[in-house]
Amino acid sequence: MTNPIRVALAGNPNTGKSTLFNALTGLRQHTGNWAGKTVSLAEGKVQYKGKTYSFIDLPGTYSLFSNSTDEEVARNYIVFEKPDVTLVVLDATSLERNFNLALQVLEMTTNVIVCINLIDEAEKKGIKINERILTNKLGVPVIKLSARNKVGFDLLLDTIERIANGTIECKPTLMTYSDEIEEQIYKIEPYIRGMIGDRLSSRWVSLRLLDGDEKLLNEINKRLRLEEVKITDEYSTAIL
Amino acid sequence: MNIQQLFSEAQQLSSPKLRDEIVHHLYQRSNQLCQEGVTYSKSKSDTKTEKLDAIFTSPFLGFPIMIVMLGLVFYITIAGANIPSTMLAEFFGWLENYLTAFFTFIHAPDWLHGVLVLGLYRGTTWVISVMLPPMAIFFPTFALLENYGYLPRVAFNMDRIFKKVGAHGKQSLTMAMGFGCNAAAVISTRIIESPRERMLAILTNNFVPCNGRWGTLIVFASLFMAANFTGGLKSLVTTGVIVGLVLFGIIVTFFVSWVLSKTALKGVPTHYTLELPPYRRPKFFDTVIRSSLTKSWAVLVRAVKVAAPAAILTWVVANIYIGDTSILMYMVQFLDPFGQMLGLDGYIMLAFILGLPANEIVLPILLMGYLSTGALTEVDSLVDLKKIFLEQGWTWVTALNMMLFSLLHYPCGTTLINIYKETKSKKWTFLAFLIPTVIAILVTFIIAQTARLLGWI
Repeated sequence: MTNPIRVALAGNPNTGKSTLFNALTGLRQHTGNWAGKTVSLAEGKVQYKGKTYSFIDLPGTYSLFSNSTDEEVARNYIVFEKPDVTLVVLDATSLERNFNLALQVLEMTTNVIVCINLIDEAEKKGIKINERILTNKLGVPVIKLSARNKVGFDLLLDTIERIANGTIECKPTLMTYSDEIEEQIYKIEPYIRGMIGDRLSSRWVSLRLLDGDEKLLNEINKRLRLEEVKITDEYSTAIL
Repeated sequence: MNIQQLFSEAQQLSSPKLRDEIVHHLYQRSNQLCQEGVTYSKSKSDTKTEKLDAIFTSPFLGFPIMIVMLGLVFYITIAGANIPSTMLAEFFGWLENYLTAFFTFIHAPDWLHGVLVLGLYRGTTWVISVMLPPMAIFFPTFALLENYGYLPRVAFNMDRIFKKVGAHGKQSLTMAMGFGCNAAAVISTRIIESPRERMLAILTNNFVPCNGRWGTLIVFASLFMAANFTGGLKSLVTTGVIVGLVLFGIIVTFFVSWVLSKTALKGVPTHYTLELPPYRRPKFFDTVIRSSLTKSWAVLVRAVKVAAPAAILTWVVANIYIGDTSILMYMVQFLDPFGQMLGLDGYIMLAFILGLPANEIVLPILLMGYLSTGALTEVDSLVDLKKIFLEQGWTWVTALNMMLFSLLHYPCGTTLINIYKETKSKKWTFLAFLIPTVIAILVTFIIAQTARLLGWI
């Protein structure tokens, strides 16, 4: 028995994340049309084409700057538990605001699928989304869904499988910031890479440290302590 | 160099406006993505949602509509639950005769019949008859409102008041969650960023009735509060009483939040954005079936699971005698003077104490306590249920104070455990127990004494 493919669901509150989770897993987690319905992790397994997928429903958040506990829970899962694939669920009717979170996730991890949900509602409102252009711009698969009506599920599950087995390689286009910020990142990133290796995205950690994210710092200290010693050892041998 | 030093270094490099710049870039890029990949053929604004919001969140109509909606949900629940409740009670009574006949047939000892039929069976079937029909109507109706998107509007309306009492506007959301389950709502306070405001939300969450308490409230409101009315008017009065109780709970929430934010938890409320999602037509059957079957069933299973051992325990302590008094009576007599002071009695106090693990079992324990001593042998309808209470000297004040105590008293065991897990503080967990208990005692004491003084009872 191989380990299940772990798929995390992130997204703004009220984008139908829990509806998607329930539809995918056949579970009956309570859903509601309001922010803050899901604050802790829920997990559900499903079989598809002979493989086991384990879906993890993260708390819905507007950002991942660890402002509040639910944001921390979601962020920690994505960066420290390292799911095989992270789905970012967006509301097709308010993409401009929703893209924010997708961009933040793309800075943290590589294997991401952007799921544009509520596509039926968007079409009714005359919103047309060209997922090919978005896929090109973001460097990761963008899939249109309607979780309520179970539209787009086959494509989603196939894409998850192909990312997990390496057929599709995600190359997220990274955000570039102002020259000033980029220079600061450039200064500290090498040290960070030396300490944490490729366990976390060193660029992202650099940015978070520059932003003064103490909660992340504590989390890194707590979770990577053992590994840090090992890595520093390797690092020093490499220097020698 | 370790990561701590690196962090200080990073802090020296960066400027305070870095976060703003990061967010600015994120928004710029989002905007760019939308321009490239998304086209809007109709106007962007959702006129239906805007028009409805103008009504539902209007400063004048917002609150009246809210109260009417709440009333409507309860009216449908109470009016609709009457007949199925009676039918269920009759069915279980009919079945009990056969059970008793069966026990006689196999020559089972009296005590076994007592524990299993008179204690366990009767206690749990009463819970099912009085709690299942209201829950099967209440949950789907509430879930439809919730899935339609009305709850965030309630939060929006409440937001201003929460700000005024020094609490966080998101507390209205965690409060709404409390109507379902206080234990879950305590976890949901994680959405509140500031620890001070989160603590306020945790400490006051208990003042809205949860699943486990709706049953108790609905039963006593319909049995006692509307006794002199008949037909449609009866349901209307019952509804009025329940809406009043819920509003009272909310007022207590505001009051306690205000007192705490001026004393132990001083501070200024922080700002936040509350998203008002578009109104969405809920998937009717999905919602109805999911919430009525799954949720009602879950609550019921929990009630029966905890009630079954409690039933046996109650029956045992009621039937083991020390001298010529049963253990149950010793406990009841010990608690009775205190209970009387609050317009309640020893049985009720004992039911609340034994009901600490789950609010669902307070009513069954109380019934079993009464049944174990009363001479009542047959209970065939809801009228008989009222007789049980009347025989124990209940008046409308007893019923009202029972409801108020249930609304205001300490949170259930699960909620307390969650409060400890979330706050990691024994002191705050104890306060979460103490504050509601003191309020419940004070309120019921004042009502009981006033009613006696004025000769209402």
